[in-house]
Amino acid sequence: MPVEIPKDKWPGSIRTVTLGATAADGGTRGLTVTVGGQTALPYMHFEAQSPNPPVVAIEIKSERPEDWSSILTEAWGEALDDPARWAARAQDAGAQVLVLALSANDTPESAVKAVKAVLGASGLPLIVLGPGQPEKDNDLLVPVAEATKGERLALGLCEDKNYRTLVAAAMANGHLVIARAPMDVNLSKQLNILITDMGLPADRILMDPTTGALGYGIEYGYSVMERLRLAALQGDSMTQLPMIVTVGFETWKAKEAKVGEGVPEAWGDWRERGLHWESLTAAALLEAGADIIVLRHPESVRRIKIAIDELMVTA
Amino acid sequence: MALSGIQIYKLLPQTNCKECGFPTCLAFAMKLAAKQVELSSCPYVSEDSQQQLAESAAPPIRLVALKAGGYEVKAGNETVLFRHDKTFYNKPGLFIQVNAADGDIAKKVAAADAYSVTYVGLEFTVDGFAILADGDLGAAVKAVRSASKRPLILIGDPAALEPGLQACQGETPLLHAADPSNWETMADLAKKYQAALVVKADTLDELADLTQKIQARGVEDMVLDPVPAASPLSQSLAAYVQLRRMALKANFRPLGYPIISFPAATGDPVRESLFAAQAIAKYGGFVVLSEFKPELLYALLVLRENIYTDPQKPIQVQPGVYEINNPTPESPVLVTTNFSITYFAVANEIEGSGLPAWLVVADAEGMSVLTAWAAGKFDAERIAKSIKEFDVASKVSRKRVVLPGHVAVLSGELEEELPDWEIKVGPREAVDIPAFYKQVLT
Ligand code: B12
Ligand code: SF4
Repeated sequence: MPVEIPKDKWPGSIRTVTLGATAADGGTRGLTVTVGGQTALPYMHFEAQSPNPPVVAIEIKSERPEDWSSILTEAWGEALDDPARWAARAQDAGAQVLVLALSANDTPESAVKAVKAVLGASGLPLIVLGPGQPEKDNDLLVPVAEATKGERLALGLCEDKNYRTLVAAAMANGHLVIARAPMDVNLSKQLNILITDMGLPADRILMDPTTGALGYGIEYGYSVMERLRLAALQGDSMTQLPMIVTVGFETWKAKEAKVGEGVPEAWGDWRERGLHWESLTAAALLEAGADIIVLRHPESVRRIKIAIDELMVTA
Repeated sequence: MALSGIQIYKLLPQTNCKECGFPTCLAFAMKLAAKQVELSSCPYVSEDSQQQLAESAAPPIRLVALKAGGYEVKAGNETVLFRHDKTFYNKPGLFIQVNAADGDIAKKVAAADAYSVTYVGLEFTVDGFAILADGDLGAAVKAVRSASKRPLILIGDPAALEPGLQACQGETPLLHAADPSNWETMADLAKKYQAALVVKADTLDELADLTQKIQARGVEDMVLDPVPAASPLSQSLAAYVQLRRMALKANFRPLGYPIISFPAATGDPVRESLFAAQAIAKYGGFVVLSEFKPELLYALLVLRENIYTDPQKPIQVQPGVYEINNPTPESPVLVTTNFSITYFAVANEIEGSGLPAWLVVADAEGMSVLTAWAAGKFDAERIAKSIKEFDVASKVSRKRVVLPGHVAVLSGELEEELPDWEIKVGPREAVDIPAFYKQVLT
């Protein structure tokens, strides 16, 4: 019996956002990456074409991370000491975008140097994150923005109490920003309004809805992403932005991924557990609508690219 | 799907005779729609209407329960497409597959059956076993039963299945699978042994055809296997979403059944983990894993718990004073919130260190430390109130209380609230508590 499949038709769509600029557009990137553009819920190919697949980014650091799990440090080895080498290795590992996280120890000079080194070592589009302390972020990211004018980097994180300086720097230098709100549809919306009110076009904003790892609040992030995507498709323009999620950062904090000793035997093999923790968190968030997934372990990158390839297969 | 008041009104006599106790049939219909009265209060409803109303009250996705040895694994009865709309109810059952031809079957089952892992104080196990009839299924069922009492899924063709069914009479197993070529024999078998039946087809059209035919033959408890083995993740996602939508939005009975997934179909363990995660997040009912691998099982069990947590009600622990490692009056007092994840992060670290402590769990409405602080549910006043309410002072000789490092800002106010207490600021993360304890508290 022929079954009539109910199809959703949505008035709204997600904006497309392009990261990186090639020489033709005033940058030095070998390629650009465009995300967004969806007109239906994730991977509902029977309703609408999904124009841009989600992409995988790898997070690297400007200085050797001191508190990373040995599962991660073993995977990257000596590259950890040199952002340029690390960037090249990350590109080889399948990253489509790089995320460089600056350190609280960085000075404006060292930050600019690290960013330039990474841009020199890889042609991928780049996201640069401050150390996460409002004043320090501004001190480091403004000179970075100026020194890389025209590269179409994405700078982050803009939060409700600390977005003006960063947005101004992005506007003046042809970059994008990442707007992060704490797992709340209205707060995300509000922040996007504040940022666009300053004059930055909405297609230069990526939205970070905040992510919790598996076992540590993934359900909140997952549901907020579904709600943001639904609001966007229903036509709410200030939620129609592609979403970026920092899965690697969140999962490798979790004890399940981070440590191998003094944990219950029922947790099983440590390395494989850590990889599941990262890749299953990512897999679930992909289906909630993530457009850019930031990971830390190269094997998780391989796995999530398999997931994305399969999710993009149209019948 | 439940009928609206107006739809129900159309099925009533519309005579406004008032015998039901309401002034009009419409008023009664509205109460019925709100489930505040029983249909039987109206003596004049026709039989035909009664049947339609009963059907509309049936859940759009049939509840299927597999039973054995006092265990029950239920799937179905879901009411929403998105967990934020209400909640998801019946967690997909995780089954481990074993092969009848495998000589080690009892040993493998015993290991998986004994598996138990705790997450935020909840204990998780595997839900049951799927046995592939690639050998004598009767003997295999007996071997499995020597090691586990949990519910079974039996996989094979009708001839191979029957000896297995004979070996587990009195249980409700799930049979896999009726397809367009064998559905009659399979349906008869399911009926004869009171088993639930998986219906398998490559398209939803065929699937709807089959479930109707099988239902007409007397089998009610069905489970759907809607995509060909090894379909790409986009295809399983589309099929699962379509089934859920058909059931909930169109109240389409022929497809209103739970779904079974076999994530290992390609034999690639990475794909298996990804597909299993998809099935848990997006509408799976029973998930059959190819092997017992604790690291994967634990991750999936946690994902399942997270996705099926009621979004209106975070998982919480009871506020109060918890004694960890037999504290004495000399032991320190630590405070935290009653969000389960927070409580267990802290309690597990202290417990694992062997150091004795009193852990005061303040009522922060089930929120994490910073969330509760930002929401005004974990401030100096509330903390002081908990310490007084739980009469912590009477338990200790040395009054010192340790705050979570993330809320160091509260220490000044807390000193005012608790003038005779020594207020200390602990580390930000629970992992650092044992080291802090040894340095600062002893
Ligand atoms: C999940 C989450 C939520 C969930 C709630 C989950 C819950 N049940 O609590 C939701 C989405 C509902 C939510 C809501 C809000 N949230 Co919120 N949320 C988070 C998030 C992402 C994770 C919190 C979490 O679960 N952490 C895990 C638990 C285990 O951590 P924890 O409780 O702190 O416990 C750790 C330590 O504190 C320590 N510890 C705990 N107890 C003790 C005790 C002692 C003695 C010691 C030594 C250590 C210790 O051990 C634990 C493990 O290390 C954080 C951001 C982040 N990534 O951290 C934001 C965050 C906490 N939220 C924030 C905010 C602002 C809010 C809202 C106020 C937003 C709003 N205006 O609506 C609301 C408030 C809720 C309300 N009802 O009004 C802010 C707080 C900002 C600040 N610094 O004050 C954060 C930090 C996000 C941000 N960067 O802006 N949130
Ligand atoms: S008893 Fe039945 S017919 Fe009479 S008013 Fe009530 S609903 Fe209408």
